[in-house]
Amino acid sequence: MDANHPASLAEQVARPPFSASADWIGLAAILAAAIIGYLLFPNNLALLTRVIGIVMLVLSIDLVTGFCGVATLGHAALFGAGAYAAGIAAAHFGITDPIAMIAAGAAGGAVAGLISGLVVLLGHGLGQLVLSIAIVNLFHEAANKAASWTGGSDGLTDIAPSPLFGVFAFDLWGRTAYGLGIALLVIVFFLLQRLSRSPFGMLCRGIRQDPIRVAAMGASVRKTLLKMYIISGVVAGVGGGLNAISTQVVGLDSLSFTLSAQALVMLVLGGTGSLYGAIIGTFVVMLFEDFVSAANPFHWLTIMGALLVGVVLFAPRGIFGTAAQLFDQWRRR
Amino acid sequence: MSAVFEVERLSKAFGGLAVTQAVSLAMAPGDRVALIGPNGAGKTTFVNLVTGHLKPDSGVVRLAGDQINGMKAMQRVQRGLVRSFQVTRLFPEMTPREHLALAVLQRQGRTGRLYGTFWSMPEVLEESEALLRTLGLEAAADRKVAEIAYGQQRLLEIAFALALRPKVLLLDEPAAGVPQSETPRIEAALAGLPADLAVLMIEHDMDLVFRFAKRVIVLAAGTIIFDGAPGDVTKDARVREAYLGSYADDRSVA
Repeated sequence: MDANHPASLAEQVARPPFSASADWIGLAAILAAAIIGYLLFPNNLALLTRVIGIVMLVLSIDLVTGFCGVATLGHAALFGAGAYAAGIAAAHFGITDPIAMIAAGAAGGAVAGLISGLVVLLGHGLGQLVLSIAIVNLFHEAANKAASWTGGSDGLTDIAPSPLFGVFAFDLWGRTAYGLGIALLVIVFFLLQRLSRSPFGMLCRGIRQDPIRVAAMGASVRKTLLKMYIISGVVAGVGGGLNAISTQVVGLDSLSFTLSAQALVMLVLGGTGSLYGAIIGTFVVMLFEDFVSAANPFHWLTIMGALLVGVVLFAPRGIFGTAAQLFDQWRRR
Repeated sequence: MSAVFEVERLSKAFGGLAVTQAVSLAMAPGDRVALIGPNGAGKTTFVNLVTGHLKPDSGVVRLAGDQINGMKAMQRVQRGLVRSFQVTRLFPEMTPREHLALAVLQRQGRTGRLYGTFWSMPEVLEESEALLRTLGLEAAADRKVAEIAYGQQRLLEIAFALALRPKVLLLDEPAAGVPQSETPRIEAALAGLPADLAVLMIEHDMDLVFRFAKRVIVLAAGTIIFDGAPGDVTKDARVREAYLGSYADDRSVA
């Protein structure tokens, strides 16, 4: 700033580090990507819808890990609970309206989030990780044993969602499911963006940076984390519900440790603590998996592993985090 | 004036070692008290007992007349017993403005809100701005704490505590780690603390103690061996023996 021309008062007013126009650009980018995906892969919409479901799971992990600093390897418990809740609602209770099924998924995820949170938050650090693995294994085993409700290892079938709004049937091409997925993703993303800047979101970031300081200002770390776990459950549950509607089957793999770990890898690859990172990481890993495993079925996991090692070594903030950092440095220059 | 903060016969032993023995003190609003004592005298234990991070074996702690020993640490803060840390505990990725806004929101019971931002809450912005100005932190207001000078972090630590509007403030070595050139700013901040606030400062720097405190309490081996005016502390034989002995030759105190 030029010393001879002191900034006027209007210029000195502090501005928030985010802007509404940037938010709209972000949402527009998601919609544009959705349309491009539709045009590029009209025969592969089922895969894209599955990716959107997993994006919700990864966003959900980001809420507790990226924002709050709670490590978890058992978050598929929340996703799977949502999938089973939506599936059971349809198969056993005749609730086949897709919106109601999504709501059932959200509720199932919220309950699973509450249970996971209560258990995981008993531990600290490594203990939390171990407890989260225990939780997803317990959920998996419970779903396996309650075969009359869940179909056990055969999976839950007979899920036949009725047309969306009574108009759009879930066709073989998966167009309706894809549209529903995109709409849900946009809504969830919009709400989570608000959440991350809210007083609650700030408090959560405070907990990740220094929980003792948060307690010393008179806030309850445990209650805050538990609340975030429930919100995280809703998000994962919506993803699970979407998956149940789109594939019309729910398998035990949706409640697995493997899925939990894969989702965490996607988050790390995309960049923790940012909503864009979660989306980018999921798309990169899942599309990469799809293409590379088709092109080179023997070595795709090797290539995947090399990619992950590369990111962790050279871009520890993940794809989005590193890109954002580079952009920031470029702009400051 | 009646006491806002009272400690009665507070005791704590670890195993057979009594680290706090029947410590009693009372403070009125506006008091400026320094708690000093050699290393291992039990100062930190005393703070932890009072703030609720340690459970005392016996004794009573009252804040504004209400008994608070039995309450969780968090509840004591909500009632107005706030502490600062010897090594700053701040959120490295947040800016000073965000810190103060968060503290104000917490005091107002609004940190559970899932929508809106403090940027659109004029009263929160104004209060944060006022605190930034009082402590001379305007220039650093929107930089991440990890990027600002340590002296500024110490000032923010004080501002953060003030944003919670405490009745009693426990300052744990507020100038620790600050370069000599910047201690005057810390001292100015301490001198500018609200007049009705009761402040108990733990400090090693005797110059700071004598400039700040109207009353000095000396803790040695878990008991209070002196409680009186700063001018008398160096004359007290027990204090000289327990604490100042090693300093008396090379330090001109009093």
